[in-house]
Amino acid sequence: MTAKIKHFPGTSLSESDFSEGKVLFTYDEMRGEFAWDTGIGIGAYLAGLKRGQILGAYCPSCRKTVVPPRVVCEWCFRPIEQIVPLQDTGIVNTFSLCYVTWDMQRLTQPEIPAVVEIDGASPLHGILHKLGEVDPQQVHVGLRVQAVWKPEDERQGAITDILYFKPLEEQQ
Amino acid sequence: MGMRKVAVVGAGMTRFVRRSLETGKELSWQAAKMALDSCELTLDDVDGVCLGTAPDSFDGVHMKGEYVSDGAGAWGKPYMRSYVGGGTGVFTPIQGWYHVASGLFDVVLVVAEEKMSSYYPHAQAAFLTIFDHTTERALKPNLLWIFALEMNRYMNTYGISKEDIARVSVLHKRNAAEHPCALLGDATISVQDVLDSEVLAWPVQRFDVSPVSDGAVAIVMAAEHVAKRITDKPVWVQGVGWHLDTSYWTNRDLAYPRYVEYAARMAYDMAGIKEPRKEIHIAEPYDPFDYKALHHLEGLQLAERGQAPQLYIDGTAERDGDLPICPSGGLLGVGNPIAAAGLMKVAELFWQIRGEAGGRQVPGQPRRGIAQAWGDLMQVGTVVIMGR
Repeated sequence: MTAKIKHFPGTSLSESDFSEGKVLFTYDEMRGEFAWDTGIGIGAYLAGLKRGQILGAYCPSCRKTVVPPRVVCEWCFRPIEQIVPLQDTGIVNTFSLCYVTWDMQRLTQPEIPAVVEIDGASPLHGILHKLGEVDPQQVHVGLRVQAVWKPEDERQGAITDILYFKPLEEQQ
Repeated sequence: MGMRKVAVVGAGMTRFVRRSLETGKELSWQAAKMALDSCELTLDDVDGVCLGTAPDSFDGVHMKGEYVSDGAGAWGKPYMRSYVGGGTGVFTPIQGWYHVASGLFDVVLVVAEEKMSSYYPHAQAAFLTIFDHTTERALKPNLLWIFALEMNRYMNTYGISKEDIARVSVLHKRNAAEHPCALLGDATISVQDVLDSEVLAWPVQRFDVSPVSDGAVAIVMAAEHVAKRITDKPVWVQGVGWHLDTSYWTNRDLAYPRYVEYAARMAYDMAGIKEPRKEIHIAEPYDPFDYKALHHLEGLQLAERGQAPQLYIDGTAERDGDLPICPSGGLLGVGNPIAAAGLMKVAELFWQIRGEAGGRQVPGQPRRGIAQAWGDLMQVGTVVIMGR
């Protein structure tokens, strides 16, 4: 059928059609504000961050330690009652050197988002965070890192209470 | 299981463009009309309508399914919109399939529409809500992060080079040069062009990524007794599968898409396929990023883990190779209007298996193909197998 059809519908416009007023359009902004309850599992996690501690949850049935903590185990669907402290160190599971912001503006110095496998959690169990105090070209998968915390009196019980992860001293 | 046989009997699509003059309603109507015309049916013959479209946040419209319903031909009919992120385009025909296989309807119109250009300044920001609002969004992530992170993990786990991954982008964009609806078809692009393109979030570069697009695709699905009256060449849905992995995406293996494997195994079981590499003749894995096609080929069991690049190196993946991959041009070449892009892959199998794909036609009268899409934080897998 596609081979028989010569003309397909769909009319392409370019940015200049808008900027030069060749087409009519409506512009509007929508603003939404939300306040999310943290819930039980993440609430405990955030309270731990405020104390300078990364918490996980241990499922005795699956013998898995997950991070962040949660109230039910996905694997066995049993409640998870054991919130356990983890180390604030880990290894870089994967990372990126990101040169654009969320709205595609360019950065000269890259941000370094990474998945950090937290020591004390089960293998491949990590969290999303960023790396800092490191030469972007020296970052590699398997790099051992440690959390850099905000000063205690500035912590708010948020993931940003960890400023970033930096390479562990002993390696440098 | 007492299921009826279901065939695809017609298909239609609009051009995929960066920004279309037509609204989502208008694109939906154009694709739906072409699909109905292609099998000489009218809306009166249609018992129910299934619609696929991605998050309402792209359009800034509440209940987008209902909003585009007139264009999709849904007025006065049983109508349902499904949404599983990027997996939607392959899930919506699964929904159409079970409406017919169950005996509920004889003819179903399946429409997938996407209008990504309305979001300002860039549709990427509409994706931010997929990150967890408490534990992730406070880090000010952007959508490229998850792909860059997954791609880097994939490359590191198996020792795959950027060059090998760039071959995917090259082949798909070259294939798309033959597609009349393609946005980024390019018959002369080279691996070096991909490697020289702007670095966005290393290892992801500009030409590793599919473009934001507007477009719509529609197919008509019918029960066996109706399909055989409509056409001599029905293309049967032989297997479907879908599966979900954990939403805690940092708590799982990022190098292998288990959710695709389970979805594929469900579909292979239904189709009675024991050896996918011999029994599948065309593969349309989901390719919003070039490494994703490789990842998904491994999940689909069409390559060993970490070995999918070999299909592109030795020519297996080419249009005249042993297992043509994305002969349509895929999302990298034709474009990525999310839900429409997935259904485009199903439509491509329909045209390929009927021998109607024109310049894109895979030689050797392919008998069976697989289409797959993935969605959300890399956790939804949807698969459809079709054949003669």
